Amino acid sequence: MTRSDSTTSSSIIKAAGSLRLHYLPKPFFSRQKSSELVASPMDWQGQKLAEHLMQLPLVLFAVLAFITGYVLGSFQTMLLIYAAGVILTSLIMVPNWPFFNRHPLNWLDSSEAEKYPKPQPANLGMKKKTSKK
Amino acid sequence: MHSFVYRANALLTFAVTILALMCAMASLSDNFNSPSPTAEVQVLNINWFQKKPDGDDEVSLTLNISANLQTLFTWNTKQVFVFLAAEYETPKNALNQVSLWDGIIPTKEHAQFWIHTTNKYRFIDQGSNLRGKGFNLTLHWHVMPKTGKMFADKLAMTGFRLPETYR
Repeated sequence: MTRSDSTTSSSIIKAAGSLRLHYLPKPFFSRQKSSELVASPMDWQGQKLAEHLMQLPLVLFAVLAFITGYVLGSFQTMLLIYAAGVILTSLIMVPNWPFFNRHPLNWLDSSEAEKYPKPQPANLGMKKKTSKK
Repeated sequence: MHSFVYRANALLTFAVTILALMCAMASLSDNFNSPSPTAEVQVLNINWFQKKPDGDDEVSLTLNISANLQTLFTWNTKQVFVFLAAEYETPKNALNQVSLWDGIIPTKEHAQFWIHTTNKYRFIDQGSNLRGKGFNLTLHWHVMPKTGKMFADKLAMTGFRLPETYR
């Protein structure tokens, strides 16, 4: 009973999500399959890409800002160019864009996992004996 | 990099660290500036020269101070603090410095100036050693940066002398 409930409810939610909200990055809505609840919205390749997308633009904007400020003789110009760079970089790497999730991890579907019982811890019997004393 | 908050934190930390490095580089660039300031001071008049009731000497001067400190300014200069000090020697102290006037120069355009004034601060000795005393008028300046190291220097102008008797 529980298995059929989860699949029907998740498929309805997924359909609703894809109809209206699929173009938004994931933090703005949180309809996920039960199997996706454990996984992060961004995969490993995406995290690496996000880190590079942060480091490279920030350093480039810093170099550009310093050279421009020095040549023009204006400290304020340097700060403004750098601030623009920080805002631009935050827009491209902080939200959870879909291109960060192009290599998603395939978690085992919950219906498959239920077919195989979880291994029980072996020392459960021994623990009960010592607590009685 | 697995969540929004984590990435935002990483971005802000990295951005602020890079900003600190940029400010350090801006301060280091001040060392490439070789300034050539000029200054001239004239004592137009000794207004009065008295011994105060507590025993200390006091002088009032009218000064004419002209200077060109424009080469001190760099892209990393916030303002230049300038003051004129009378420097002389007494039997008790090897060096006495008394600040007579100071001012703040906010921009390069204001750094070439000419000022005709009495001493802004009182010229008082610790004792009564000023009769006939020869003294220097030294213009000191502190170049205050927007970020980083402050540079200070001075220019001594010699040959001034106070009268032998009180007036």
